[in-house]
Amino acid sequence: MRRRLELALLLGPALLLFVGFVLVPIIVAAYYSLYDWQGFGALTDFVGLGNYWDVLGGNVFQGAVGHNLVIVVLSLVVQLPVSVAIALLLNRKLRGRAALRLIVFAPYVLSEATTAVIWLLILQPGGFTDQALTFLGLHGVIHQWLADPQVVLFTLFAVITWKYLGFGIILLLAGLQGIPPELLEAAALDGASAGQAVRRVVLPLLGPTIRIWIFLSVIGSLQVFDIVWIMTLGGPANASTTMATYLIDHGFKRYEFGYGSAVAVVLFIICFAFALVYQRFALRRDTEGAMG
Amino acid sequence: MRKLAYLAGLLVAGITIVPLLFVVIGGFRTTAQVNANPVGWPSPWVADNYTAILGAPAFWEFLWNSTVIAVIATGLAVALGSMAGFALSRYRFRGREALYGVFTIGLLFPLGVASLPLYLLLRQVGLLENPLGVALPEAAFSLPVTILILRPFMLAIPQEVEDAAILDGASRLGFFWRILLPLSMPALSTVTVLAFVTSWNAYLLPLLVFNDQSHFTLPLGVATFQSQYSQDTARILAFTTLSMVPALGVFVLAERRIVGGLSGSVKG
Repeated sequence: MRRRLELALLLGPALLLFVGFVLVPIIVAAYYSLYDWQGFGALTDFVGLGNYWDVLGGNVFQGAVGHNLVIVVLSLVVQLPVSVAIALLLNRKLRGRAALRLIVFAPYVLSEATTAVIWLLILQPGGFTDQALTFLGLHGVIHQWLADPQVVLFTLFAVITWKYLGFGIILLLAGLQGIPPELLEAAALDGASAGQAVRRVVLPLLGPTIRIWIFLSVIGSLQVFDIVWIMTLGGPANASTTMATYLIDHGFKRYEFGYGSAVAVVLFIICFAFALVYQRFALRRDTEGAMG
Repeated sequence: MRKLAYLAGLLVAGITIVPLLFVVIGGFRTTAQVNANPVGWPSPWVADNYTAILGAPAFWEFLWNSTVIAVIATGLAVALGSMAGFALSRYRFRGREALYGVFTIGLLFPLGVASLPLYLLLRQVGLLENPLGVALPEAAFSLPVTILILRPFMLAIPQEVEDAAILDGASRLGFFWRILLPLSMPALSTVTVLAFVTSWNAYLLPLLVFNDQSHFTLPLGVATFQSQYSQDTARILAFTTLSMVPALGVFVLAERRIVGGLSGSVKG
C-alpha cells in the first residue's frame, strides 16, 4: 500500500505534465483534423478525412514535403561525411584542439532565432557575403541568396549546416573516444595503412554513433521550422516552405485549425513511421529500446 | 597529413567564427558605415549601439523573461524527471517498461505537431501572455530526454548501496533524497544544462503565447527587433551580439556538461 502511494507520488506529477502538455494535444490534434474549424466556437463542420485529401493533394504541401526531403538528403550526403572527416582530424593530437572544439561547437548553443538573424544580416544583397565573394574573385557566384526561388533552399541548408555541424562533430568525437587505441596499433602492426585502418576499424566501430546521428538528423530535418520561418517565411513563392512552416502558416496565420491539425498529424505520422522503420532495421542492434 | 589537419581545422574554425565576428564588430559601426562598406572595419569605433540597447529597458526585459521561463521549465523538468526516473529505475511494478516507452516516444513529438491544440488549451486555462504558458509545456517536452538520460544512470547504481541504506533505517524516499540524488549529480547536471539550453533557445512556443512585447523572450525579441529596425543594420548587429552573450557564456562555463550530456545520451 505504502509502495503504491510512493509510486503515485513519484510518477504522478511527471505523468500529469507529460500527458497534459504532450500526449493530449497530439491526440486532440487528430480529433480537430476531422473538422472544418476556425479555432472558435463549436466543432460542427465534420468533414471526415476531407482535410487530409486537401492537404495531401495540395501543390504547396507536396512541395513542402519535397523541400524537407531535400534537406534530409543533403544533410546525409553533405553534413555526415564532412562531420566524420573533421572529427577524425580533430581526434588527433593537435595543438589548440580544445579551443578548436569549443569554437566549432559554439553555434549549436545559439538559438535558431539568433542564428537566423545573423545570417539575414550577412546575406543581405550587397552585404558581407557578396563583398567577401567579390574580394575572393568569385563575383560570378553571387545570387539573390534568399530571394531567388532556385537558390533559397540551398542557402537555408547552408545556414542549418553552420548551426548544427558542431553537434555532429561532438557526437562523433565522443564515439571516437570509445575506440581503444590498441585496435589501431594492432591494425598498424598488421601493416594497414591509415586509410585502411579508418575504413576497416574506425568506421565500423563508429557505426552506432553514426546511426544515432542519422536518426536525429532526419527527425530534425523533417521538423525544421525556426530558421526558415524567420529568414524567409517559406518564400519566395513557397520555394522554401517546409511541413512545419506550412502548418504554422495555415493554423495561426489563416486560422485554419482543422486543416492545420491535419498537417500536424501527417507530419507526425511521417516522423513516427521513419522512427519505427529506422528502429527496426538500423538502431535495434545498438540500443535496446532506448529510443522508443 | 598533420598539415592538412591544421588547414582543415583552421578552415572550419574560420567558417564558424567569421560570421560571429562580423556581427560583434559590426555592432561597433554606424549604419551609415555598414551601408557604405559591409565588410569594412569600424572607423571610428562607436559604442552607441551597444550603450543605447543596454540603456533601454527592452533588452533587460527579454533577458529577464527568458531567465524566469528557463529556470521554471528546467526546475520542473529536472525535479519531476528525476522522481519519475527513480520510480522507473528502482521500483519493480507491472507496466514499468511500457510507461518508460511512453515517455521516450515523446522524443518523436515535435512541438509543432502539438502547437495548435496546445495553444487552444493555454487559451482556455488562461495561460496566454503568462510565463507559465511557455514554461509548463517546455518542461513537459524536456521530460523524455531527462528521463532517458537519468534512468540508465540510476539503474547502474548497485543494489547493495540501496540495501545498506535501508538497513541503516532509511526509507525508500530517504534513500532517493539523501543517497541516490547526490550520487546522480553528473547526470543531473547534464540534464539541467540540456533542459536550460532548450528552453532558453525556444522560439515557436513564445511566439504563439506572447503578443505583448513586454513578455517576449530573447529569441523572440531578437527576431522582432530585426524586423522592426530592418533599416538600422548596425543596431540589429549590436542587439544580436548582446543576445548571444548569455548563451555563449553559459556554454563556455558548461561546455563539458553539454558535450558529456550529448555523448552520454548517445550511448543511452
